[in-house]
Amino acid sequence: MELLIAIAIGLLTGCGVLLILRGRTFAVMLGLTMLSYAVNLFIFVSGGLTAGAGAVLGASEQYADPLPQALVLTAIVIGFAMTAFLVVLAIRARAELGHDEVDLQKPNTRGGA
Amino acid sequence: MALLLPWILSIPLFSIVILLLFRQLSRNQQTLIALLAPIAGLLLLAPMIPDLLQGAVFQQQWQWLPVLGLQWTFRLDALALLFSFLIFGIGLLVIFYARYYLSASDPMPRFYASLLLFMLAMLGIVLSGNVLQLWMFWELTSISSFLLISYWSHRSDARKGARLALTVTAAGGLALLVGLILLGQVAGSYQLDVILSKGPQIIADAQYPLILVLILLGAFTKSAQFPFHFWLPNAMAAPTPVSAYLHSATMVKAGIFLLIRLYPAIAGTDLWFSLVSLAGLLTLLTGAYFALFQHDIKGLLAYSTISHLGLITLLLGLDTDLATVAAIFHIINHAVFKASLFMAAGIIDHETGSRDMRKINGLWHFMPVTASLAMVAAASMAGVPLLNGFLSKEMFFSQTLHQSVLGALSWLLPLLATLAAVFSVAYSARFIHDVFFNGKPIGLDKIPHEPPRYMRVPMEVLVALCIGVGVFPQWLVGDILLAASTAALQQTPPAYSLALWHGLNLPLLMSVVAFVAGIVLYINRKELFLFQAGFQSTLAIHRFEGQVQRLVQRCRQFSQWAEPGRLQWYIAAMLWATVLLAGYPLLQLNSLQGERGLLPTDWFSAVLVVIMVLAAMATVIWQRQRLLALIMISVVGLMLSLLFIRFSAPDLALTQLAVEVATAVLLMLALYFLPHRSPKQSAHATLLRDLILAGSCAIVVGSLAYLMLTHQADSVSSYFLANAKSGGGGTNVVNVILVDFRGFDTFGEITVLGIAALGIYKLLTGIPRFKPSADADGRSWALDAHPLLLRVVSQGLLPLALLVSVYLFFRGHNLPGGGFVAGLVTAVALIMQYIAHGVDWVKPRLNLQFSALVASGILIAWLTGAFSWLFGKPFLTSWFDYFDIPLLGQIELASAIAFDLGVYLTVVGSTLLILANLGKLTTRHKPEHRGQI
Repeated sequence: MELLIAIAIGLLTGCGVLLILRGRTFAVMLGLTMLSYAVNLFIFVSGGLTAGAGAVLGASEQYADPLPQALVLTAIVIGFAMTAFLVVLAIRARAELGHDEVDLQKPNTRGGA
Repeated sequence: MALLLPWILSIPLFSIVILLLFRQLSRNQQTLIALLAPIAGLLLLAPMIPDLLQGAVFQQQWQWLPVLGLQWTFRLDALALLFSFLIFGIGLLVIFYARYYLSASDPMPRFYASLLLFMLAMLGIVLSGNVLQLWMFWELTSISSFLLISYWSHRSDARKGARLALTVTAAGGLALLVGLILLGQVAGSYQLDVILSKGPQIIADAQYPLILVLILLGAFTKSAQFPFHFWLPNAMAAPTPVSAYLHSATMVKAGIFLLIRLYPAIAGTDLWFSLVSLAGLLTLLTGAYFALFQHDIKGLLAYSTISHLGLITLLLGLDTDLATVAAIFHIINHAVFKASLFMAAGIIDHETGSRDMRKINGLWHFMPVTASLAMVAAASMAGVPLLNGFLSKEMFFSQTLHQSVLGALSWLLPLLATLAAVFSVAYSARFIHDVFFNGKPIGLDKIPHEPPRYMRVPMEVLVALCIGVGVFPQWLVGDILLAASTAALQQTPPAYSLALWHGLNLPLLMSVVAFVAGIVLYINRKELFLFQAGFQSTLAIHRFEGQVQRLVQRCRQFSQWAEPGRLQWYIAAMLWATVLLAGYPLLQLNSLQGERGLLPTDWFSAVLVVIMVLAAMATVIWQRQRLLALIMISVVGLMLSLLFIRFSAPDLALTQLAVEVATAVLLMLALYFLPHRSPKQSAHATLLRDLILAGSCAIVVGSLAYLMLTHQADSVSSYFLANAKSGGGGTNVVNVILVDFRGFDTFGEITVLGIAALGIYKLLTGIPRFKPSADADGRSWALDAHPLLLRVVSQGLLPLALLVSVYLFFRGHNLPGGGFVAGLVTAVALIMQYIAHGVDWVKPRLNLQFSALVASGILIAWLTGAFSWLFGKPFLTSWFDYFDIPLLGQIELASAIAFDLGVYLTVVGSTLLILANLGKLTTRHKPEHRGQI
């Protein structure tokens, strides 16, 4: 199982990086979301994989590591806020500039939808 | 009496504040307020004088950063008293003088405030009993000097001169800081008393040469010693009162003061001899030589100042106790006559409109009183008997005779000293003859006349002092000189006599030779001027400006190279660096496999993972069809939350699920405003390059993950598991960590959440209107924006969802749930109403100020934390207890619930603030012609 999860984390990261490197803001947003999935999963499994336990006292024999879970829980919510901030930046940029390109250096390839 | 010391420093500050607050006061009132500082300072010093002359040291100390050895220490001894006298006394005269010098258009408060700031800084240096504190005031003099030189900021020479002065003195200041830190480390304390008593130990230390060089760098740059002298002539762009005060009497003496102050600690070695005396000698000669060739009166005075500073430095370098006495004496004398000469230059500039000695001639006929005063002061500068300059110059000559600095060539020194004196006489003669005699003025804009009566008063005082000290030295300055020298040397200096007449001796002969030769030199100046004109001279300021321009250009080139304005470039560079840094250690390992037992693969998890990975890849492949990509990425999120459940994290699964809904809504809204498809644009080469980078990232991160997963590591988690119930009163350890153990982190996180939401709110206000009226294929938006089915279902769902969120909230402390999840569920339920019914329908029914909700959430969380202060406990100390309530049974009350309420409100407020505001835009910008395709 560990191998599978590690491969999944790697592939999510790769997909996220590829999307971030695209030239349009929407792809960058998707990429960041994907990367935060990868990172959250990475941090979450840093406590080791535990099946059928949970971190509620008295509910099971052994417990999952609660600390990474607490870290990831806030990371998910803040990740949402940051994605939202990026989305609004992109919208504002589109509204001000008339296009949704990430780089300003290539005026010749500029163009909307 | 030591308690008075801080007041001496505070009074200038007080005057500064008054001056800057009440700018509409008349010029006389402003002058009066500025004068208050030096007058009060002198009055405060007065009662301490008798004790100080007896060798007393007053000290006042407060703790500041004791860990760094930094104490506020004010220390007043006779040496500091002497310098305080100079600073206050000449400051007083300069302030008075400036009242008449500055024209009506010059902003007076700014001038006086900067001048007083400088006065404060200078006093700070003199009165510091801690070398780090001294350094801070040292830098403050550089800054205030910059402000004063650039006072006429509309003039380019003022700006350039100020920049040059700041660059040189501040660079020296940095060297000094390092030197002082090393000095403090060697001495074991930054307190001046300790350092002064540890002289032999410091000199014996291996770091002594480095310390000495660094401290000398600071002192030499400040005191314009060769080869750092070039900033001083360019600082003459300052208003003349500033030149009189900073660049002759006080600031340039700061470097020399530092050398005298630290004399017992760092002087007395061969290195000191050679460095200090050589720098002094070169400065003395170059200054005197170049002074003769200046056509600007202030330029002449500036080079003369450099030369005299060199003389003082040379005396210190001779390293005998008597030479130090002579140095201190010359500091007093030079300050007095040079300040009065600058004031004369200012008056001449003021009354003729020029400072060029080729134009201003024969002023004797226009301003005889000023001319007489200036001539006396200039004679003092030349070292004419009966004037103060003569006395210290004689002392200097006799010291050069009694030294062996240059070994067998030591006879050279009196010769060179006499040579410098020859030039000194020559430039003094030029100052007198060229300005006040030598024919008639040439091409002046106005007819010169005597200045206003009171503008001359400061000069009269100073010239009277020149004569007074020259005739009755022992009576006027004998006591303070002795006391200051004793304080500087930390021991009584050998006997000396401050008399006018010492009999026919060698120093007197040297004076006579210098005087005669100087006059002869001046008479034959034409040849010398021609000789000097043969040199190609580039001005230091032009070289400096050239360097600055080159530096700016280099920086621009570098930043253009490093910062091409391409986000993709930055990200790629950052990621490559990360890959290399993280990948390199992996190469050092033999195997990724660790000792930890592996979890067997079950088909359910495997299917989840495979779907997740496939959906992620589909997102990449279909990224140009944006709606499709959005759906695919939601699948990834959904699979992730299922994985969270599978691996024992129900809290995470709940949160992820709720966030997934909110993200989907968010991205849908984004698609309304953004193009729905991306054009194909990446060249194949770019794609390949990105694929290689993405692949490298995937390999490194995946390997790291596997490495981590298969190794057992000690974790702090067992502490949380053991203490959650007993310390936090809850059984859901994740929630207890969030609201209790790491409550402060959570508090920070909800603050970030609130700030992000407010930032988004701000970004969305005033956004330019644009109205996509149809989708990418030209289809217009759905006519039925709010379908009936959705309306009915969502309305029915609302109370249920709210109930669920309340349930999640309250059980959160003991079972999966909590403020974050409950907040997200509530927010999603409310967002559903917006989607189903539209903003116009929701607004009257849900009249909530979302930003207020965010604020109240953060406030509640903070108050919960602050509440523990009432009981003398640290911020966010938690409390819980169990109560028996009839009918309900045993109930637990915990402060964490209140904190979680804050979290809940912030999450609800932030999410709605983001999504509702974004959604509102779509309504406001609704296509105008509905129904027409």
